[in-house]
Amino acid sequence: MSAPTSNCPNCGAPVTFRWSSAIQTTCEFCHSILIRTDLDLKKVGEVADLPADASPIQIGTEGVLDNKGFVVIGRIIYEYEQGGWNEWHIVFNDNSNAWLSDAELEYDVSWLAPQHQIPVIGRGSECILANRAYTVTSITKAHYKGVQGELPFEYWDKSDVAFADLRTPTGEFATIDYSEKTPLLFLGRSVEFDDLHFKNLRRFEGWTS
Amino acid sequence: MSTTLVSQSLVKAKSLSCPNCGTPIELRGFAHTLSAVCPSCLSILDASNPELQILQTYQGKERIEPKIPLGSRGTFNGTVYELIGFEQRSVQTPDDYFSWDEYLLFNPYKGFRYISEYCGHWNVIRVQSRVPYPTTARGRRGWVLDARKFAAFDAMQAATSYVIGEFPWQVRLGETAACEDFIAPPYMLSSETTAGETTWSLGEYWEGSKIWQAFRLPGKPPSPQGIFANQVSPYAGKTGAAWRMWLWFNVALFTLMTIFNLTKANKEVFHDEYSYAYFKNHDTSFVTPAFQLDGVNKNVEVRFHADIRNDWIYLSMALINDETGQTFDFAREVSYYVDSDGSEGSRDNRVVIPSVPAGRYYLRIEPEMVTGALSTRYEISVRRDVPIYSYFWIAAALLLIPPIVTWFRSNQFEARRWRESDYRPVDSPVMKIAGGIIESLGDD
Repeated sequence: MSAPTSNCPNCGAPVTFRWSSAIQTTCEFCHSILIRTDLDLKKVGEVADLPADASPIQIGTEGVLDNKGFVVIGRIIYEYEQGGWNEWHIVFNDNSNAWLSDAELEYDVSWLAPQHQIPVIGRGSECILANRAYTVTSITKAHYKGVQGELPFEYWDKSDVAFADLRTPTGEFATIDYSEKTPLLFLGRSVEFDDLHFKNLRRFEGWTS
Repeated sequence: MSTTLVSQSLVKAKSLSCPNCGTPIELRGFAHTLSAVCPSCLSILDASNPELQILQTYQGKERIEPKIPLGSRGTFNGTVYELIGFEQRSVQTPDDYFSWDEYLLFNPYKGFRYISEYCGHWNVIRVQSRVPYPTTARGRRGWVLDARKFAAFDAMQAATSYVIGEFPWQVRLGETAACEDFIAPPYMLSSETTAGETTWSLGEYWEGSKIWQAFRLPGKPPSPQGIFANQVSPYAGKTGAAWRMWLWFNVALFTLMTIFNLTKANKEVFHDEYSYAYFKNHDTSFVTPAFQLDGVNKNVEVRFHADIRNDWIYLSMALINDETGQTFDFAREVSYYVDSDGSEGSRDNRVVIPSVPAGRYYLRIEPEMVTGALSTRYEISVRRDVPIYSYFWIAAALLLIPPIVTWFRSNQFEARRWRESDYRPVDSPVMKIAGGIIESLGDD
């Protein structure tokens, strides 16, 4: 994995990429949103103050999934009326990436399913994805609240985004992201905190991890 | 840079003061907490924004003390959770009112768990990130999760009637949800539906003492009243075990009996044939030659066989000790009838005299037949120390009692459980009577 270093076009601070395929990142110091071009970095916006969040995960948290080590390199933050959640962008030691979502400390991991037929769904409806029967468990209208770190695509300047979550009896998880013109399907499964063997988590006052 | 990282890494607990009464409130759920209740004035506050709006003020007069105090920490499956919220939920129907308590547990890494309590019955609950699939159980819609079949138990509209502590959702008094419970003891699968979305949770029945142990609480938990939906029957699996035990006892009994009977001498000590002839006013009685009976107080079997057809013979007999004159009196009838419908009776009969002392004995026999019968041949044989099977059958019958009692008790427990269900089955009169009998047996 290469770690090319550039400088923030806004404040000049060093910007390091942990993942060679990252398209976007944020400057740790001035919170500029930076897009990687062929030659250098281009500032496209600025992240407002991120909402207070109590996820134990942070950029740089490491873990293990399916015997592959991963590191958290970025995230997208969403809020909706009953709370918020983080979509943590994780990169495995084989350079592949995935999403680890943390919604009220319930964890799901999912991968973008390219060129997949997007089913037409409604609340409580059922559909077959990748030969499994899924039930739609929630359709959420969320507010995009910000980004942090490295992402595999340009993602900024969003407002309201609709998501549908689908689940199976055996813990498979799917989410349809309607933020793009063509909705995106992510397939994965729910994961237990203990099974991820995290390192470098945040610490909480009054608690030992 | 390293200092910024460290300070960023430690998430500080938030404290607020109630905009209604000024009481300081320490939040335990960090940024997860969306609503908090002022411990002093019980106002529900919006903890998600810094303005700390009052969302609802408490109008009731009654304060409810949770059985487990807020802030308690308990260990569940090796993870420490802190009790951060408490709510009472109630169901009001035209002919019923009841409520139960729900405790919210929090760990900043593992998330939220719930404990529910109703009349001393506890459940440890976790929201599921899986959806069960539908099936049919007990003739209704049920669900399957983890290869367990959950049967519909009840359905209700539950309202939040009291809250203290803090919650990762916007809690409101009076808010209702459609709840349904499905059971597979010790598990209970519950669905809660609000605004068209269903949340599934899985509870496991816990004894109060285990909850007390998990929190290291002083004193004793309230003793449970009645039988709870997903309480494990004390007879679960015992009926099968009782029947298996019964089978093994029978095998043992049969083996014992076989061994016991193999030790029997079963020796014929006398055998003779006689012919009955009728003479008016004639005494038919006679005595046999003497025979030796050996062994101490063994039994004696006397067998009869008569060559009769559509006739009977009645034999009054006495086994008499030649030396002491001790007499054993007995009588048997042999009757055998045949017609087009089949036969009735038998040409053979026997009598077993238990415990006859050793010595020389003879039989005195007085046969009797219907007037006019002529020259009927019959045989008498005497055997010493014969095998006996009747004890075996009595013992086998007695051994049936424990499994039958267990089976009835198990059925009764299930009947009491389901009596609380919205889908209570009709009690069958047979089970009611049997239940009464078993109950009275248990009272002894």
